[in-house]
Amino acid sequence: MTTQKLDIDAVRQQFPILHQQVNGKPLVYFDNAATTQKPKEVIDALSQYYTGYNANIHRGIHTLAEKATSAFEATRSAFRTFLNAAGTEEIILTYGTTDGINLVAQTFGRSFIGKGDEILISTMEHHSNIVPWQMLCEVNGCVLKVIPVDESGELDMAAFENLLSDRTRLVSVVHASNALGTINPITEIIRKAHHVGAKVLVDGAQAASHLTIDVQALDVDFYVLSLHKMYGPTGVGVLYGKKDLLNSMPPYRGGGEMIKEVTFAKTTYNDLPYKFEAGTPNIADVVAARTAITFIESLGKDRIAAHELSLLQYATDALQGIDGLRVIGTAKNKVSVLSFVIKGVHHQDLAVILDQQGIAVRTGHHCTQPLMQRFDITGTTRASFAVYNTTAEIDRLREGVERAVKMLK
Amino acid sequence: MTINEKQDEIVESFELFDEPLDKTQYIIDLGKKLPAMDGKYKTEDHLIKGCQSKVWLGAELKGDRLYFYGDGEPEAQIAKGLISMLIDVLSGHGPEEIAGADLYFIEKVGMNNLVTSRRAGGLSSMIQRMKQYGEAYARLLA
Repeated sequence: MTTQKLDIDAVRQQFPILHQQVNGKPLVYFDNAATTQKPKEVIDALSQYYTGYNANIHRGIHTLAEKATSAFEATRSAFRTFLNAAGTEEIILTYGTTDGINLVAQTFGRSFIGKGDEILISTMEHHSNIVPWQMLCEVNGCVLKVIPVDESGELDMAAFENLLSDRTRLVSVVHASNALGTINPITEIIRKAHHVGAKVLVDGAQAASHLTIDVQALDVDFYVLSLHKMYGPTGVGVLYGKKDLLNSMPPYRGGGEMIKEVTFAKTTYNDLPYKFEAGTPNIADVVAARTAITFIESLGKDRIAAHELSLLQYATDALQGIDGLRVIGTAKNKVSVLSFVIKGVHHQDLAVILDQQGIAVRTGHHCTQPLMQRFDITGTTRASFAVYNTTAEIDRLREGVERAVKMLK
Repeated sequence: MTINEKQDEIVESFELFDEPLDKTQYIIDLGKKLPAMDGKYKTEDHLIKGCQSKVWLGAELKGDRLYFYGDGEPEAQIAKGLISMLIDVLSGHGPEEIAGADLYFIEKVGMNNLVTSRRAGGLSSMIQRMKQYGEAYARLLA
């Protein structure tokens, strides 16, 4: 394990966007759970692709096509290493987490989940891990069941065990909650789900940049993530799936790349991973995504996590002194997400006043309306921290919140 | 005072503020002073869609003049301040005048910059609803 602390000033130098004034104040960017900012090497990689070797991939014979194809496939290899998948054929490149979940719902779901079968999700799921399953249930008559969340924002594991049955076909849960920060015990969830013969999908959108993920050690069936939450470009995601499982699933979208041969009588489909990658993919962003992985690995996930957790602790201590403030999500294990409400203050008003002080936070239901209903609130203010954030910025947040409270109360 | 005279008056008072936060404070204070709305208007029909926080708007014709009543969630001070300003400008005028009003003060005082784009969606929904009332009552009076 790397123990040396990160040089955050040096890290910040790699993010051009951070060095600007917003509403006359130096920007404090605390909306990292929505999307992180991008280091210069990611931005440069995009530019280099378009200025140096833009071409459509896989079928071209010419040099640029070869170069683009090999850069594209190099990213797939980097993801394989990043997730410790057994092979690159298990790495399906998608447009993001939502896309990956929909792919599984429409292929695995339609083929292997039938009328009366059950899908387990949890109260803390993002709408992206609720709606695709509701859509599936409407079509094929399967049943969606929900694991409750306790007051601290942790899953009720006893209830989870009670909900598991021989009708459970799939458990689809978030690794780390975008609204609360809770890190779920996915190792235990996967083991228990497998015990009743259910498959498990883990939504890793909020976890992938903070936690080490070893899909083989986890024995997870599907793992999905988005690169834009990991210092990479938008429009790139990964669906990891076990090879045998992916092979047993029908293709998702029809079109180019996913076919072997097309006649009007019959089409045969390509092998993994291309079977699930119809059409020209988001080549430039996929190519640039590799530099995001390199960025994370060069800093070291353990060092990133240590820094972010120290920020979370500092922020939790700093904000808790504010009169009427209540942290929503106090689980023992959290990623660097701090969600809170303040008595007598509407979160939208708070966000407007913070923005005027150059501080970017997210407010609202965070696409987790059932979770907000669970806590009987309409929304929260959420500050989420990334590797380039500092305690000085948290001091600005505290001052900003205090000023807002004074103005509003 | 005409709608435009009222708008000019607001623009003038906002010019006194150097800091955006002072403008926001002014709007918040307007929100705090907004009189409580008659409960009969606090229905689903009077709820304005597109606002992040709940905002209700009702209208009543007295003679040939249209009067507006608005309210928001108790905590949503900025939304209440915005509705208060719109009522201040438009209430008590003829329906046709309201329907055709050019609300230039919003941009001039930077109300559109004070609100996030999603809330601006709410602001435009408030304006749209007030103008719809104007149009409907103008037809009624025609």
